[in-house]
Amino acid sequence: MTVETIDIIREENLVYRKTPALTDNVMHYCPGCSHGVVHKLVAEVIEETGIREQTIGVSPVGCSVLAYNYLDIDWAEAAHGRAPAVATGISRLHPEKYVFTYQGDGDLASIGTAEVMHACNRGENIVIIFVNNAIYGMTGGQMAPTTLVGQVTSTTPYGRDVKLNGFPMKITELLAQLDGTGFVTRQAVHTPLAIRKAKNAIRKAFENTKKDKGTSFIEIVGTCSSGWKMTPVDANRWMVENMFPKYPLGDIKDI
Amino acid sequence: MAKFRGAVVVDAEKCKGCDLCVVACPAGVLSLAKEVNGKGYHYSEMARPEACTGCANCGLVCPDAVITVYRKNIQ
Repeated sequence: MTVETIDIIREENLVYRKTPALTDNVMHYCPGCSHGVVHKLVAEVIEETGIREQTIGVSPVGCSVLAYNYLDIDWAEAAHGRAPAVATGISRLHPEKYVFTYQGDGDLASIGTAEVMHACNRGENIVIIFVNNAIYGMTGGQMAPTTLVGQVTSTTPYGRDVKLNGFPMKITELLAQLDGTGFVTRQAVHTPLAIRKAKNAIRKAFENTKKDKGTSFIEIVGTCSSGWKMTPVDANRWMVENMFPKYPLGDIKDI
Repeated sequence: MAKFRGAVVVDAEKCKGCDLCVVACPAGVLSLAKEVNGKGYHYSEMARPEACTGCANCGLVCPDAVITVYRKNIQ
């Protein structure tokens, strides 16, 4: 390290550091996992808007089941897929709190489809963060409802066949049709620009909770480099080439 | 000559060597070290500190939030 670099590393020159809403625990996620970035964005939004004491998260079953170890806020743990139902209860008991669920695609789009559909249809005043990496990451890379046609997983070793396994489920478009949702968007966290946009979407979702604008639903298209059997950099490239044509980014509904 | 000079501090013991910050850096400042940390990962480090402008792209993309970025106006 040159003398000049040491001269720059001073508190007054600080431009970016880990937000205090994230704990110092080392995340258990694989190297390059999108969950880390999404956790960080949620923590930054909570810290910057000053709602750390008023926020309650509901964590899912899946890789992010241990999210409560990393975000220094109040948490509840829901059974597989049932996070929107638990969040409904918390939100109705504490209408002044900011309640959000953090779910993966195996949790939300598969076993929890009924819960998320009806929570959104009721227009519960919660934020739902849905990380879609087209695979069951924690259990060993099995096919999820969101797995792309032809995608190789451990349960579709010859690629997903629509005659056998059906089509990938675009759950975000489905939820946008429900009258209860106020803000439905799809974002990604693969580049600095996309990360900034995703952060703005998360901030807007929490602001909508304050305005009681219905359910806010944010899908974040992510990677699973271990499940996809790629390096994190290759996984990001694969996501851009294969996931984005099926799951295009952008706001789907904003009232 | 760049108007800003930056510096990146990586918490080497927490870094998992995912390489995302190396790819995200527009100035090619970062690279993975030849050495490994306690968990066996080739951690990220500043290979060309003189090129850093402190844009904080590396910090933004870091999934483990182990990067701290500083920037100083040198004009």
